[in-house]
Amino acid sequence: MKDKLITRIIQIAGFSSILIVLLIFLFLLREGLPALSEVSFSDLFATRWYPIEDLFGILPLFSGSLLVTFFSILIAIPFGVGTAIYIAEVAPRRVKEILKPMIELLAGIPSVVLGFIGIVFLSPALREWLNLPTGLTAFTGALLLALISIPTIVSVGEDALNAVPQSYREASYALGITRWQTIWRVTLPAARSGMITAVMLGISRTLGETMAVMMVTGNAPTMFKGIVSLFKPTRTMTATIASEMGEVASGSTHYHVLFFIGIVLFLFSLIINIVSNHFSEKNRKDKEQVVS
Amino acid sequence: MKKSGAIFFILVIFLAGCAGASPSQSGQTDTSTTKQYIENKGSDTLVNLALAWAEQYQKEHPEVQISVSGGGTGTGITALINGTVDIANASRAIKEEEIAEAKANGIDPYEIVVANDAIAVIVNPENPVNQLTIDQVSQIYQGLITNWKEVGGEDRPIVCLSRETNSGTHVYFLETVVRKGNADSTALFSVETLLLPSSEGIIAEVRDNPNAIGYDGLGYVTEDVKVLALDNGAGFILPSAETVNNKTYPIARQLYMYTNGEPQGIVKDYIDWIHSAEAQQFVLDLGFIPYTQGE
Repeated sequence: MKDKLITRIIQIAGFSSILIVLLIFLFLLREGLPALSEVSFSDLFATRWYPIEDLFGILPLFSGSLLVTFFSILIAIPFGVGTAIYIAEVAPRRVKEILKPMIELLAGIPSVVLGFIGIVFLSPALREWLNLPTGLTAFTGALLLALISIPTIVSVGEDALNAVPQSYREASYALGITRWQTIWRVTLPAARSGMITAVMLGISRTLGETMAVMMVTGNAPTMFKGIVSLFKPTRTMTATIASEMGEVASGSTHYHVLFFIGIVLFLFSLIINIVSNHFSEKNRKDKEQVVS
Repeated sequence: MKKSGAIFFILVIFLAGCAGASPSQSGQTDTSTTKQYIENKGSDTLVNLALAWAEQYQKEHPEVQISVSGGGTGTGITALINGTVDIANASRAIKEEEIAEAKANGIDPYEIVVANDAIAVIVNPENPVNQLTIDQVSQIYQGLITNWKEVGGEDRPIVCLSRETNSGTHVYFLETVVRKGNADSTALFSVETLLLPSSEGIIAEVRDNPNAIGYDGLGYVTEDVKVLALDNGAGFILPSAETVNNKTYPIARQLYMYTNGEPQGIVKDYIDWIHSAEAQQFVLDLGFIPYTQGE
Protein backbone atom coordinates (compact mmCIF):
# COMPACT_ATOMS: atom_id res chain seq x y z
CA MET A 1 0.00 0.00 0.00
CA LYS A 2 2.76 2.38 1.03
CA ASP A 3 4.74 1.25 -1.95
CA LYS A 4 1.88 2.13 -4.23
CA LEU A 5 1.50 5.57 -2.68
CA ILE A 6 5.16 6.39 -3.16
CA THR A 7 5.04 5.17 -6.75
CA ARG A 8 2.06 7.43 -7.29
CA ILE A 9 3.83 10.46 -5.81
CA ILE A 10 6.89 9.91 -7.96
CA GLN A 11 4.62 9.50 -10.95
CA ILE A 12 2.95 12.82 -10.21
CA ALA A 13 6.34 14.50 -9.95
CA GLY A 14 7.34 12.99 -13.27
CA PHE A 15 4.18 13.98 -15.06
CA SER A 16 4.16 17.47 -13.58
CA SER A 17 7.36 18.53 -15.34
CA ILE A 18 6.08 17.21 -18.66
CA LEU A 19 2.81 18.99 -18.09
CA ILE A 20 4.48 22.25 -17.15
CA VAL A 21 6.77 22.18 -20.19
CA LEU A 22 3.75 21.48 -22.38
CA LEU A 23 1.75 24.28 -20.82
CA ILE A 24 4.63 26.73 -21.22
CA PHE A 25 5.05 25.72 -24.84
CA LEU A 26 1.33 26.09 -25.51
CA PHE A 27 1.36 29.49 -23.83
CA LEU A 28 4.34 30.57 -25.94
CA LEU A 29 2.57 29.41 -29.09
CA ARG A 30 -0.66 31.14 -28.13
CA GLU A 31 1.07 34.45 -27.40
CA GLY A 32 3.76 34.26 -30.07
CA LEU A 33 2.13 32.85 -33.18
CA PRO A 34 -0.18 35.86 -33.74
CA ALA A 35 3.05 37.73 -34.57
CA LEU A 36 3.17 35.81 -37.85
CA SER A 37 -0.18 37.16 -38.94
CA GLU A 38 0.38 40.71 -37.65
CA VAL A 39 3.83 41.19 -39.13
CA SER A 40 4.52 39.99 -42.65
CA PHE A 41 7.13 37.28 -42.99
CA SER A 42 9.58 39.53 -44.80
CA ASP A 43 9.21 42.25 -42.14
CA LEU A 44 9.78 39.78 -39.33
CA PHE A 45 12.94 38.40 -40.91
CA ALA A 46 14.29 41.84 -41.76
CA THR A 47 17.46 43.41 -40.46
CA ARG A 48 16.19 46.39 -38.46
CA TRP A 49 14.84 46.06 -34.91
CA TYR A 50 13.22 49.28 -33.70
CA PRO A 51 9.89 48.30 -32.15
CA ILE A 52 8.60 51.78 -31.28
CA GLU A 53 8.48 52.52 -35.02
CA ASP A 54 7.00 49.07 -35.78
CA LEU A 55 10.23 47.72 -37.23
CA PHE A 56 10.26 44.14 -36.03
CA GLY A 57 13.20 42.56 -37.88
CA ILE A 58 14.44 39.81 -35.59
CA LEU A 59 17.50 38.80 -37.63
CA PRO A 60 19.93 41.11 -35.80
CA LEU A 61 18.81 39.66 -32.44
CA PHE A 62 19.18 36.18 -33.84
CA SER A 63 22.67 36.87 -35.13
CA GLY A 64 23.58 38.60 -31.86
CA SER A 65 22.61 35.58 -29.77
CA LEU A 66 24.45 33.17 -32.07
CA LEU A 67 27.57 35.33 -32.17
CA VAL A 68 27.83 35.73 -28.41
CA THR A 69 26.97 32.08 -27.69
CA PHE A 70 29.34 30.70 -30.30
CA PHE A 71 32.39 32.63 -29.14
CA SER A 72 31.64 32.14 -25.49
CA ILE A 73 31.47 28.38 -25.96
CA LEU A 74 34.67 28.52 -28.03
CA ILE A 75 36.36 30.07 -25.00
CA ALA A 76 34.60 27.88 -22.47
CA ILE A 77 35.30 24.46 -24.03
CA PRO A 78 39.12 24.39 -23.66
CA PHE A 79 38.98 25.86 -20.15
CA GLY A 80 36.04 23.78 -19.01
CA VAL A 81 37.19 20.47 -20.45
CA GLY A 82 40.77 21.17 -19.36
CA THR A 83 39.70 21.90 -15.79
CA ALA A 84 37.50 18.81 -15.71
CA ILE A 85 40.40 16.62 -16.87
CA TYR A 86 42.74 18.24 -14.38
CA ILE A 87 40.37 17.73 -11.45
CA ALA A 88 39.35 14.20 -12.39
CA GLU A 89 42.62 12.77 -13.67
CA VAL A 90 45.66 14.82 -12.72
CA ALA A 91 45.23 16.93 -9.61
CA PRO A 92 46.48 15.54 -6.28
CA ARG A 93 43.76 14.96 -3.74
CA ARG A 94 44.50 18.17 -1.76
CA VAL A 95 44.33 20.43 -4.82
CA LYS A 96 41.16 18.70 -5.94
CA GLU A 97 39.53 19.36 -2.58
CA ILE A 98 40.21 23.09 -2.97
CA LEU A 99 39.46 23.38 -6.68
CA LYS A 100 36.09 21.68 -6.70
CA PRO A 101 34.36 23.91 -4.16
CA MET A 102 35.92 26.96 -5.82
CA ILE A 103 34.41 26.04 -9.17
CA GLU A 104 31.08 25.41 -7.48
CA LEU A 105 31.36 28.83 -5.87
CA LEU A 106 31.90 30.37 -9.31
CA ALA A 107 28.67 28.70 -10.41
CA GLY A 108 26.91 30.31 -7.47
CA ILE A 109 27.84 33.91 -8.32
CA PRO A 110 24.70 35.64 -9.58
CA SER A 111 25.07 36.71 -13.18
CA VAL A 112 24.13 40.29 -12.34
CA VAL A 113 27.24 40.48 -10.16
CA LEU A 114 29.37 39.21 -13.04
CA GLY A 115 27.69 41.77 -15.26
CA PHE A 116 28.60 44.50 -12.81
CA ILE A 117 32.23 43.38 -12.78
CA GLY A 118 32.01 43.36 -16.57
CA ILE A 119 30.88 46.99 -16.69
CA VAL A 120 33.26 48.30 -14.08
CA PHE A 121 36.40 46.33 -14.90
CA LEU A 122 36.29 44.15 -18.01
CA SER A 123 34.75 46.56 -20.48
CA PRO A 124 37.10 49.53 -19.80
CA ALA A 125 40.08 47.15 -19.74
CA LEU A 126 39.16 45.57 -23.09
CA ARG A 127 38.64 49.00 -24.61
CA GLU A 128 42.15 50.05 -23.67
CA TRP A 129 43.96 46.78 -24.43
CA LEU A 130 42.33 46.23 -27.80
CA ASN A 131 41.94 49.93 -28.60
CA LEU A 132 38.21 49.61 -29.31
CA PRO A 133 35.76 52.52 -29.64
CA THR A 134 33.80 51.03 -26.72
CA GLY A 135 34.29 48.10 -24.38
CA LEU A 136 30.61 47.15 -24.47
CA THR A 137 30.91 44.51 -27.19
CA ALA A 138 29.87 40.99 -28.12
CA PHE A 139 33.33 39.84 -27.07
CA THR A 140 32.90 41.23 -23.55
CA GLY A 141 29.62 39.34 -23.32
CA ALA A 142 31.22 36.16 -24.66
CA LEU A 143 33.99 36.34 -22.04
CA LEU A 144 31.50 36.78 -19.18
CA LEU A 145 29.26 34.03 -20.51
CA ALA A 146 32.26 31.70 -20.72
CA LEU A 147 32.78 32.34 -17.01
CA ILE A 148 29.16 31.45 -16.43
CA SER A 149 29.19 28.24 -18.48
CA ILE A 150 32.60 26.91 -17.37
CA PRO A 151 31.35 25.65 -13.96
CA THR A 152 28.57 23.70 -15.69
CA ILE A 153 30.99 22.13 -18.15
CA VAL A 154 33.49 21.33 -15.40
CA SER A 155 31.12 19.67 -12.97
CA VAL A 156 29.22 17.61 -15.56
CA GLY A 157 32.45 16.79 -17.40
CA GLU A 158 34.23 15.73 -14.24
CA ASP A 159 31.37 13.40 -13.32
CA ALA A 160 31.59 11.87 -16.79
CA LEU A 161 35.33 11.26 -16.42
CA ASN A 162 34.87 9.76 -12.94
CA ALA A 163 32.28 7.39 -14.36
CA VAL A 164 34.90 5.81 -16.63
CA PRO A 165 35.79 2.48 -14.97
CA GLN A 166 39.17 2.45 -13.28
CA SER A 167 39.96 -0.80 -15.12
CA TYR A 168 40.20 1.10 -18.44
CA ARG A 169 43.02 3.25 -17.09
CA GLU A 170 44.73 0.28 -15.44
CA ALA A 171 44.58 -1.70 -18.65
CA SER A 172 46.08 1.23 -20.51
CA TYR A 173 48.89 1.73 -17.99
CA ALA A 174 49.57 -2.00 -18.09
CA LEU A 175 50.34 -1.65 -21.80
CA GLY A 176 52.98 0.91 -20.87
CA ILE A 177 51.03 3.91 -22.16
CA THR A 178 51.79 7.30 -20.54
CA ARG A 179 49.25 9.22 -18.48
CA TRP A 180 48.61 11.87 -21.15
CA GLN A 181 48.14 9.27 -23.82
CA THR A 182 45.76 7.40 -21.54
CA ILE A 183 43.70 10.55 -20.93
CA TRP A 184 43.64 11.49 -24.59
CA ARG A 185 43.14 8.05 -26.15
CA VAL A 186 41.28 6.09 -23.50
CA THR A 187 39.56 8.10 -20.77
CA LEU A 188 38.26 11.02 -22.86
CA PRO A 189 36.83 8.84 -25.66
CA ALA A 190 35.20 6.62 -23.03
CA ALA A 191 33.63 9.68 -21.42
CA ARG A 192 32.70 11.24 -24.75
CA SER A 193 28.94 11.22 -24.36
CA GLY A 194 29.18 12.80 -20.92
CA MET A 195 31.58 15.46 -22.19
CA ILE A 196 29.24 16.30 -25.07
CA THR A 197 26.35 16.58 -22.64
CA ALA A 198 28.50 18.89 -20.50
CA VAL A 199 29.23 21.15 -23.46
CA MET A 200 25.59 21.12 -24.58
CA LEU A 201 24.42 22.10 -21.11
CA GLY A 202 27.01 24.87 -21.21
CA ILE A 203 25.60 26.07 -24.54
CA SER A 204 22.04 26.08 -23.18
CA ARG A 205 23.17 28.04 -20.16
CA THR A 206 24.94 30.55 -22.40
CA LEU A 207 22.06 30.94 -24.82
CA GLY A 208 19.56 31.55 -22.04
CA GLU A 209 21.68 33.89 -19.95
CA THR A 210 20.24 37.38 -19.87
CA MET A 211 21.35 39.77 -17.20
CA ALA A 212 25.13 39.76 -17.65
CA VAL A 213 24.76 39.96 -21.41
CA MET A 214 22.32 42.83 -21.24
CA MET A 215 24.72 44.79 -19.06
CA VAL A 216 27.89 44.43 -21.16
CA THR A 217 27.03 43.95 -24.83
CA GLY A 218 25.77 47.47 -25.50
CA ASN A 219 22.46 46.17 -26.91
CA ALA A 220 22.79 47.75 -30.34
CA PRO A 221 20.78 45.56 -32.75
CA THR A 222 23.50 45.29 -35.41
CA MET A 223 23.72 42.54 -38.00
CA PHE A 224 26.63 40.11 -38.12
CA LYS A 225 29.22 41.38 -40.60
CA GLY A 226 32.11 39.01 -40.17
CA ILE A 227 34.62 38.79 -37.37
CA VAL A 228 34.66 42.59 -36.76
CA SER A 229 31.16 42.23 -35.32
CA LEU A 230 32.67 40.39 -32.38
CA PHE A 231 34.31 43.63 -31.25
CA LYS A 232 31.21 45.73 -31.77
CA PRO A 233 28.08 46.11 -29.66
CA THR A 234 25.39 43.53 -30.27
CA ARG A 235 21.94 42.70 -28.95
CA THR A 236 20.79 39.22 -27.98
CA MET A 237 17.28 37.73 -28.02
CA THR A 238 17.20 37.26 -24.25
CA ALA A 239 18.29 40.84 -23.52
CA THR A 240 15.61 42.10 -25.91
CA ILE A 241 12.86 40.18 -24.17
CA ALA A 242 14.08 41.25 -20.74
CA SER A 243 14.43 44.92 -21.48
CA GLU A 244 11.26 45.33 -23.53
CA MET A 245 8.77 43.00 -21.86
CA GLY A 246 7.99 45.55 -19.16
CA GLU A 247 6.99 48.25 -21.61
CA VAL A 248 4.64 46.43 -23.94
CA ALA A 249 0.90 46.46 -23.56
CA SER A 250 -0.31 42.87 -23.50
CA GLY A 251 -1.88 41.85 -26.79
CA SER A 252 0.02 44.39 -28.91
CA THR A 253 2.08 43.38 -31.93
CA HIS A 254 5.31 44.12 -30.09
CA TYR A 255 4.18 41.81 -27.28
CA HIS A 256 3.44 39.00 -29.72
CA VAL A 257 6.78 39.45 -31.46
CA LEU A 258 8.61 39.24 -28.12
CA PHE A 259 6.86 35.94 -27.45
CA PHE A 260 7.75 34.83 -30.96
CA ILE A 261 11.39 35.43 -30.02
CA GLY A 262 10.67 33.28 -26.98
CA ILE A 263 9.50 30.48 -29.29
CA VAL A 264 12.70 30.80 -31.31
CA LEU A 265 14.76 30.53 -28.11
CA PHE A 266 12.72 27.52 -27.02
CA LEU A 267 13.31 25.80 -30.35
CA PHE A 268 17.02 26.50 -30.05
CA SER A 269 17.22 24.78 -26.67
CA LEU A 270 15.16 21.92 -28.06
CA ILE A 271 17.60 21.43 -30.94
CA ILE A 272 20.57 21.53 -28.57
CA ASN A 273 18.92 18.89 -26.40
CA ILE A 274 18.10 16.66 -29.33
CA VAL A 275 21.66 16.90 -30.64
CA SER A 276 23.15 16.08 -27.25
CA ASN A 277 20.72 13.18 -26.81
CA HIS A 278 21.59 11.87 -30.22
CA PHE A 279 25.29 11.83 -29.35
CA SER A 280 24.87 10.13 -26.00
CA GLU A 281 22.49 7.54 -27.49
CA LYS A 282 24.87 6.81 -30.31
CA ASN A 283 27.74 6.48 -27.89
CA ARG A 284 25.80 4.11 -25.66
CA LYS A 285 25.01 1.88 -28.62
CA ASP A 286 28.65 1.88 -29.69
CA LYS A 287 29.67 0.80 -26.21
CA GLU A 288 27.08 -1.97 -26.14
CA GLN A 289 28.47 -3.28 -29.40
CA VAL A 290 31.95 -3.34 -27.92
CA VAL A 291 30.70 -5.25 -24.88
CA SER A 292 28.79 -7.83 -26.91
CA MET B 1 -8.93 7.57 -14.73
CA LYS B 2 -6.52 7.73 -11.83
CA LYS B 3 -3.91 9.36 -14.02
CA SER B 4 -6.24 12.07 -15.20
CA GLY B 5 -7.10 12.71 -11.56
CA ALA B 6 -3.45 13.38 -10.83
CA ILE B 7 -3.14 15.70 -13.79
CA PHE B 8 -6.23 17.54 -12.71
CA PHE B 9 -4.74 17.98 -9.24
CA ILE B 10 -1.58 19.52 -10.68
CA LEU B 11 -3.56 21.73 -12.99
CA VAL B 12 -5.49 23.07 -10.01
CA ILE B 13 -2.27 23.85 -8.15
CA PHE B 14 -0.80 25.46 -11.25
CA LEU B 15 -3.83 27.64 -11.86
CA ALA B 16 -4.03 28.61 -8.23
CA GLY B 17 -0.41 29.71 -8.48
CA CYS B 18 -1.24 31.81 -11.53
CA ALA B 19 -4.13 33.48 -9.82
CA GLY B 20 -2.02 34.24 -6.78
CA ALA B 21 0.70 35.79 -8.88
CA SER B 22 -1.43 38.46 -10.55
CA PRO B 23 -2.34 40.94 -7.87
CA SER B 24 -4.24 44.11 -8.57
CA GLN B 25 -3.17 46.31 -5.74
CA SER B 26 -5.00 49.54 -6.20
CA GLY B 27 -6.39 49.55 -2.73
CA GLN B 28 -6.28 53.29 -2.11
CA THR B 29 -10.02 53.38 -1.51
CA ASP B 30 -9.82 50.74 1.19
CA THR B 31 -10.64 52.87 4.19
CA SER B 32 -11.41 50.03 6.58
CA THR B 33 -7.72 49.50 7.35
CA THR B 34 -5.57 52.14 9.00
CA LYS B 35 -2.73 51.90 6.44
CA GLN B 36 -3.44 53.26 2.99
CA TYR B 37 -1.35 52.36 -0.03
CA ILE B 38 -0.34 54.22 -3.15
CA GLU B 39 1.38 52.31 -5.98
CA ASN B 40 3.67 54.54 -8.01
CA LYS B 41 5.67 53.31 -10.98
CA GLY B 42 7.29 54.43 -14.22
CA SER B 43 9.94 56.78 -15.55
CA ASP B 44 13.50 56.12 -14.43
CA THR B 45 14.16 59.83 -14.85
CA LEU B 46 11.60 60.53 -12.15
CA VAL B 47 12.26 57.59 -9.87
CA ASN B 48 14.72 59.26 -7.50
CA LEU B 49 12.52 62.31 -7.20
CA ALA B 50 9.44 60.17 -6.64
CA LEU B 51 11.29 58.22 -3.95
CA ALA B 52 12.38 61.40 -2.17
CA TRP B 53 8.81 62.70 -2.24
CA ALA B 54 7.37 59.41 -1.05
CA GLU B 55 9.83 59.19 1.82
CA GLN B 56 9.11 62.71 3.05
CA TYR B 57 5.37 62.34 2.60
CA GLN B 58 5.31 59.08 4.54
CA LYS B 59 7.20 60.79 7.36
CA GLU B 60 4.53 63.46 7.56
CA HIS B 61 1.63 61.06 6.95
CA PRO B 62 2.50 57.76 8.64
CA GLU B 63 -0.90 56.32 7.71
CA VAL B 64 0.01 56.40 4.02
CA GLN B 65 2.37 53.94 2.43
CA ILE B 66 3.75 54.71 -1.02
CA SER B 67 5.66 52.14 -3.02
CA VAL B 68 7.77 53.58 -5.81
CA SER B 69 9.45 51.68 -8.63
CA GLY B 70 11.10 52.56 -11.94
CA GLY B 71 11.33 50.62 -15.18
CA GLY B 72 10.72 53.37 -17.72
CA THR B 73 7.83 55.56 -18.77
CA GLY B 74 6.39 52.87 -21.06
CA THR B 75 6.42 50.43 -18.16
CA GLY B 76 4.58 52.87 -15.88
CA ILE B 77 1.93 53.75 -18.43
CA THR B 78 1.41 50.08 -19.27
CA ALA B 79 0.92 49.39 -15.57
CA LEU B 80 -1.64 52.22 -15.38
CA ILE B 81 -3.47 50.81 -18.40
CA ASN B 82 -3.45 47.36 -16.80
CA GLY B 83 -4.80 48.90 -13.60
CA THR B 84 -1.94 47.78 -11.35
CA VAL B 85 -0.75 51.23 -10.21
CA ASP B 86 -2.41 54.36 -8.83
CA ILE B 87 0.12 56.80 -10.26
CA ALA B 88 2.30 56.35 -13.34
CA ASN B 89 5.40 58.53 -13.65
CA ALA B 90 6.21 59.69 -17.15
CA SER B 91 9.00 61.68 -18.74
CA ARG B 92 6.95 62.21 -21.90
CA ALA B 93 3.32 62.96 -22.57
CA ILE B 94 1.09 59.91 -22.98
CA LYS B 95 0.62 58.82 -26.63
CA GLU B 96 -2.69 58.75 -28.49
CA GLU B 97 -2.61 54.99 -28.86
CA GLU B 98 -1.87 54.57 -25.16
CA ILE B 99 -4.92 56.67 -24.31
CA ALA B 100 -6.98 54.52 -26.68
CA GLU B 101 -5.70 51.35 -25.05
CA ALA B 102 -6.44 52.74 -21.60
CA LYS B 103 -9.98 53.72 -22.62
CA ALA B 104 -10.53 50.23 -23.96
CA ASN B 105 -9.51 48.93 -20.55
CA GLY B 106 -11.84 51.31 -18.70
CA ILE B 107 -9.01 53.59 -17.54
CA ASP B 108 -9.11 57.34 -18.06
CA PRO B 109 -5.53 58.76 -17.88
CA TYR B 110 -5.36 62.16 -16.15
CA GLU B 111 -2.25 64.24 -16.69
CA ILE B 112 -0.46 66.18 -13.94
CA VAL B 113 2.77 68.13 -14.51
CA VAL B 114 5.04 67.67 -11.51
CA ALA B 115 8.42 69.11 -12.54
CA ASN B 116 10.52 70.23 -15.47
CA ASP B 117 13.67 68.66 -16.77
CA ALA B 118 16.40 69.56 -19.21
CA ILE B 119 18.07 66.85 -21.29
CA ALA B 120 21.81 67.28 -21.05
CA VAL B 121 24.05 66.02 -23.86
CA ILE B 122 27.18 64.74 -22.18
CA VAL B 123 30.71 63.73 -23.17
CA ASN B 124 33.85 62.59 -21.38
CA PRO B 125 35.76 65.46 -19.67
CA GLU B 126 38.83 64.61 -21.80
CA ASN B 127 36.87 65.43 -24.96
CA PRO B 128 37.83 68.95 -26.16
CA VAL B 129 34.39 69.53 -27.73
CA ASN B 130 32.33 71.97 -25.65
CA GLN B 131 29.37 72.71 -27.85
CA LEU B 132 27.31 71.26 -30.68
CA THR B 133 24.36 72.39 -32.73
CA ILE B 134 21.15 70.35 -32.57
CA ASP B 135 21.76 69.52 -36.22
CA GLN B 136 25.18 68.07 -35.42
CA VAL B 137 23.79 66.02 -32.51
CA SER B 138 21.06 64.73 -34.82
CA GLN B 139 23.59 63.68 -37.46
CA ILE B 140 25.82 62.06 -34.85
CA TYR B 141 22.96 59.96 -33.55
CA GLN B 142 21.85 59.02 -37.06
CA GLY B 143 25.35 57.76 -37.75
CA LEU B 144 26.02 60.44 -40.42
CA ILE B 145 28.88 61.95 -38.38
CA THR B 146 31.08 59.19 -37.01
CA ASN B 147 34.30 60.90 -35.98
CA TRP B 148 34.83 63.63 -33.40
CA LYS B 149 37.17 65.54 -35.74
CA GLU B 150 34.17 66.35 -37.96
CA VAL B 151 32.74 68.50 -35.16
CA GLY B 152 36.01 70.07 -34.01
CA GLY B 153 37.30 67.33 -31.73
CA GLU B 154 40.13 64.81 -31.80
CA ASP B 155 40.44 62.03 -34.36
CA ARG B 156 38.36 59.48 -32.45
CA PRO B 157 35.35 57.37 -33.40
CA ILE B 158 32.06 58.52 -31.89
CA VAL B 159 30.22 56.00 -29.72
CA CYS B 160 26.56 57.00 -29.33
CA LEU B 161 24.79 56.01 -26.13
CA SER B 162 21.06 56.01 -25.63
CA ARG B 163 18.51 54.75 -23.17
CA GLU B 164 16.39 51.72 -24.13
CA THR B 165 13.31 52.27 -26.26
CA ASN B 166 10.97 51.94 -23.25
CA SER B 167 12.44 55.15 -21.87
CA GLY B 168 10.46 58.36 -22.22
CA THR B 169 13.78 60.16 -22.56
CA HIS B 170 14.58 58.00 -25.62
CA VAL B 171 11.31 58.90 -27.32
CA TYR B 172 11.67 62.59 -26.43
CA PHE B 173 15.24 62.65 -27.76
CA LEU B 174 14.19 60.90 -30.97
CA GLU B 175 11.42 63.40 -31.64
CA THR B 176 13.11 66.60 -30.50
CA VAL B 177 16.76 66.05 -31.39
CA VAL B 178 17.21 63.24 -33.92
CA ARG B 179 14.13 64.38 -35.89
CA LYS B 180 14.62 68.01 -34.84
CA GLY B 181 10.96 68.40 -33.91
CA ASN B 182 9.78 67.57 -37.42
CA ALA B 183 6.76 65.27 -37.05
CA ASP B 184 7.04 64.03 -40.67
CA SER B 185 10.65 63.02 -40.30
CA THR B 186 11.37 59.30 -40.32
CA ALA B 187 14.98 59.64 -39.17
CA LEU B 188 16.03 56.94 -36.73
CA PHE B 189 18.85 56.34 -34.32
CA SER B 190 21.79 54.64 -36.04
CA VAL B 191 21.76 50.85 -35.55
CA GLU B 192 25.16 51.20 -33.93
CA THR B 193 23.71 53.29 -31.08
CA LEU B 194 24.24 51.49 -27.80
CA LEU B 195 20.98 51.04 -25.89
CA LEU B 196 21.82 50.93 -22.21
CA PRO B 197 19.30 49.74 -19.66
CA SER B 198 19.83 52.55 -17.14
CA SER B 199 20.78 56.19 -16.71
CA GLU B 200 23.66 55.11 -14.51
CA GLY B 201 24.95 52.87 -17.31
CA ILE B 202 25.15 55.89 -19.61
CA ILE B 203 26.88 58.08 -17.05
CA ALA B 204 29.38 55.29 -16.25
CA GLU B 205 30.28 54.69 -19.90
CA VAL B 206 30.62 58.42 -20.66
CA ARG B 207 32.81 58.87 -17.57
CA ASP B 208 35.17 56.08 -18.68
CA ASN B 209 35.12 56.36 -22.44
CA PRO B 210 36.56 59.43 -24.24
CA ASN B 211 34.79 58.35 -27.48
CA ALA B 212 31.31 58.40 -26.01
CA ILE B 213 28.44 60.84 -26.33
CA GLY B 214 25.30 60.35 -24.30
CA TYR B 215 22.19 62.14 -23.15
CA ASP B 216 20.34 62.06 -19.88
CA GLY B 217 18.06 64.05 -17.62
CA LEU B 218 19.99 66.94 -16.03
CA GLY B 219 19.14 65.47 -12.64
CA TYR B 220 21.30 62.44 -13.35
CA VAL B 221 24.36 64.25 -14.62
CA THR B 222 27.29 63.97 -12.22
CA GLU B 223 30.43 66.09 -11.81
CA ASP B 224 32.66 63.68 -13.70
CA VAL B 225 31.08 64.09 -17.13
CA LYS B 226 31.00 67.21 -19.30
CA VAL B 227 27.72 68.84 -20.29
CA LEU B 228 27.69 70.35 -23.79
CA ALA B 229 26.20 73.71 -24.72
CA LEU B 230 23.61 73.30 -27.48
CA ASP B 231 22.52 75.62 -30.24
CA ASN B 232 19.21 75.55 -32.01
CA GLY B 233 19.62 78.85 -33.83
CA ALA B 234 19.84 81.14 -30.78
CA GLY B 235 23.45 80.62 -29.73
CA PHE B 236 25.11 77.95 -27.59
CA ILE B 237 23.35 77.56 -24.26
CA LEU B 238 24.12 75.34 -21.27
CA PRO B 239 21.18 73.75 -19.44
CA SER B 240 20.23 75.31 -16.09
CA ALA B 241 17.09 76.25 -14.18
CA GLU B 242 17.29 79.72 -15.68
CA THR B 243 17.75 78.69 -19.31
CA VAL B 244 14.97 76.13 -19.00
CA ASN B 245 12.51 78.59 -17.46
CA ASN B 246 13.20 81.29 -20.04
CA LYS B 247 12.95 78.57 -22.72
CA THR B 248 16.32 79.36 -24.32
CA TYR B 249 17.77 75.86 -23.75
CA PRO B 250 16.43 73.88 -26.69
CA ILE B 251 15.77 70.45 -25.16
CA ALA B 252 13.71 70.75 -22.00
CA ARG B 253 10.50 68.94 -21.21
CA GLN B 254 7.86 68.52 -18.58
CA LEU B 255 7.69 65.54 -16.26
CA TYR B 256 4.29 64.05 -15.56
CA MET B 257 2.31 61.86 -13.27
CA TYR B 258 -0.75 60.09 -14.65
CA THR B 259 -3.68 58.87 -12.59
CA ASN B 260 -6.88 57.05 -13.50
CA GLY B 261 -9.35 59.93 -13.67
CA GLU B 262 -8.93 63.10 -11.63
CA PRO B 263 -7.10 62.11 -8.43
CA GLN B 264 -9.31 61.41 -5.41
CA GLY B 265 -8.76 60.85 -1.71
CA ILE B 266 -5.21 60.27 -0.55
CA VAL B 267 -3.82 60.34 -4.09
CA LYS B 268 -5.22 63.86 -4.46
CA ASP B 269 -3.66 64.89 -1.13
CA TYR B 270 -0.34 63.49 -2.29
CA ILE B 271 -0.44 65.27 -5.66
CA ASP B 272 -1.38 68.56 -3.98
CA TRP B 273 1.55 68.15 -1.62
CA ILE B 274 3.89 67.49 -4.58
CA HIS B 275 2.92 70.89 -5.97
CA SER B 276 3.76 72.57 -2.63
CA ALA B 277 6.95 74.60 -2.17
CA GLU B 278 8.25 72.02 0.31
CA ALA B 279 8.06 69.18 -2.21
CA GLN B 280 9.35 71.31 -5.06
CA GLN B 281 12.49 71.96 -3.01
CA PHE B 282 13.38 68.28 -3.62
CA VAL B 283 13.07 68.98 -7.34
CA LEU B 284 15.81 71.61 -7.07
CA ASP B 285 17.95 69.43 -4.79
CA LEU B 286 17.93 66.59 -7.29
CA GLY B 287 18.91 68.81 -10.20
CA PHE B 288 15.53 69.13 -11.87
CA ILE B 289 13.65 72.37 -12.44
CA PRO B 290 10.63 73.13 -10.25
CA TYR B 291 7.11 73.13 -11.55
CA THR B 292 5.69 76.63 -11.86
CA GLN B 293 2.00 77.24 -11.15
CA GLY B 294 -0.26 77.59 -14.14
CA GLU B 295 1.63 75.15 -16.37
